[in-house]
Amino acid sequence: MVLLGLIAVGVVYAAFTNQGSPASASAPAASQRETSLGRQLFVQNCSSCHGYMAQGTKTGPSLIGVGAAAVDFQVSTGRMPLKEIEAEASRKPPVLTPEQTHEIAAYIASLGGGPAVPDAEQVSTQGADTGLGQELFSTNCAQCHNFVGAGGALTDGKYAPALTQSTPTQIYEAMLTGPEAMPVFNDSTITPSEKRDIIAYVTKTRSSPNPGGFSLGRIGPVTEGLVGWIGGIGALVLLAIWITVKRRVHE
Amino acid sequence: MSSTEGYTGGPEDEAESSRAPHRVIGTPPPAEERTLLGTVQTDTPPVPPRELPADPDDPAGAKRAERIVAALFILSTLAGIGFIAAYIGLPVGAEDAVLRSNLALGISMAVVFLALGTGAVIWVRRLMPDVELTEARKPLASAEPDRKAFAETFREGAEASQFVKRPILRRTLIAATLPLLVAPIVLLRDLGPLPGTKLRYTVWRKGLRLVISDTGRPIKPADFDSPGGMITVIPEGFQANDDALVKATVIIIKLEPGELKYPTNLNWTVDNIVAYSKICTHVGCPVALYEQTTHHILCPCHQSTFDATRGATVLFGPANRPLPQLPMGVNSEGYLVALSDFKVPVGPAFWERG
Repeated sequence: MVLLGLIAVGVVYAAFTNQGSPASASAPAASQRETSLGRQLFVQNCSSCHGYMAQGTKTGPSLIGVGAAAVDFQVSTGRMPLKEIEAEASRKPPVLTPEQTHEIAAYIASLGGGPAVPDAEQVSTQGADTGLGQELFSTNCAQCHNFVGAGGALTDGKYAPALTQSTPTQIYEAMLTGPEAMPVFNDSTITPSEKRDIIAYVTKTRSSPNPGGFSLGRIGPVTEGLVGWIGGIGALVLLAIWITVKRRVHE
Repeated sequence: MSSTEGYTGGPEDEAESSRAPHRVIGTPPPAEERTLLGTVQTDTPPVPPRELPADPDDPAGAKRAERIVAALFILSTLAGIGFIAAYIGLPVGAEDAVLRSNLALGISMAVVFLALGTGAVIWVRRLMPDVELTEARKPLASAEPDRKAFAETFREGAEASQFVKRPILRRTLIAATLPLLVAPIVLLRDLGPLPGTKLRYTVWRKGLRLVISDTGRPIKPADFDSPGGMITVIPEGFQANDDALVKATVIIIKLEPGELKYPTNLNWTVDNIVAYSKICTHVGCPVALYEQTTHHILCPCHQSTFDATRGATVLFGPANRPLPQLPMGVNSEGYLVALSDFKVPVGPAFWERG
């Protein structure tokens, strides 16, 4: 509960931060109809934890001011609606359709602004500088998410998720809103164009070849060593046994 | 004293073991033993003639094994030809081409040796007779007359050289070897020079701006205004100086008002932005695994955990000193600047740190 409260605080402030930034400036004006549909969906799916007026309860943080980007990230990755309170909300197949997600996001944005969902052009990796993206990723992201985005452990059961399934939009939203334990990387520390560079690097690592044919989780020398030692040495031991074993004597 | 003594058993089986080593469990009884070489010991009974069977006991199986071995050798031959063909035939101009060439060379070479080795093993196991052979070990020492003759030669040589008679030659020769003995110790000096005060200071100084790592942008507190935000910063002008950055890299964290507490030096913070050294005080890994919910800064190497709200004091792990806090302020243009260098040495402990 404390965790969720803190998440909420972080997300709310992240939202305040981005007032006037390109992301919120380009927020499309939600139609009255979308907002009211979103209100209905919110009451059905979210209000039991986040409160009837999204003001927050003991089980869920206030959503006023978190912005459409936070809603889109949490709902489109299937993290929300939350099934149970755990150390880390894990990625699941989304429960709500993209249209429904859009409507809830529009409703939440109508309550208190906040960062908007980036449009396709903002997350396009066309012409992005993958090299700079790699440098920024190594400096700011790799400690938690691993150097190719394979994810990693945090404290008390929390973890930094793998980025292998994240869409460019979700990566952008996560940097902008800092979901759960993740720090916020606002548009003045990492500019929208640098965010695109990072997205370009993350998506590029997925298509990089795996020497030997297996990725082994891409978590570095640990699995490679494990396979090398257990697989390789094991095979050599079996071979040595085969070479030296005594032939069965025929009577 | 003889070197065969080590192989003799206790007194109860002295008679048998004085000439033959202990039999290892699982080996055939001594009656079946054969020996490859004659033995020099005169008290050993005459060695039975070698009786390695020339024909296998299962001719049909041996024929099959022969074909398998021959097939493996042919495979090895073909792979060897393939290796040469791959070396000559495959281009190595582009990066992908090099990878393909390496793959082909590696696989063909592996098949050459694997087929050759497998064939040899099958040959030994399926075709050659399965007979245990024992070779007695001979004493290593030379014969007594040889040793006497050597001692005599040595003494004669020593006398003929007049090494004992002419002390000045002896002593100067010994003196000539002494510098050679001392030289390796002197060469240890190349492990130095001693770091002096280099480990105590970084390139941070009063007025130096904090710029974002990799992009080099200076920061105003108003830009870095999202609580839960964290970014790696470096001293301006040292972006390409790895020697400087290895000590001077810093993380800045934006917190909620009131979250920063003792022993954080609040005079060195700006608008709830605090700057800590990114170099772990354990063994110097980059600590930037920041959880904005708990305000823990973790080191990815050994899980040292620091509390960002309390002056980066150690909560857990092998580090035993807090991350040094960088004295930080704003300059007249409103950019974040260092007020001075770190007040304590950054990074791991060192001998002279005290």
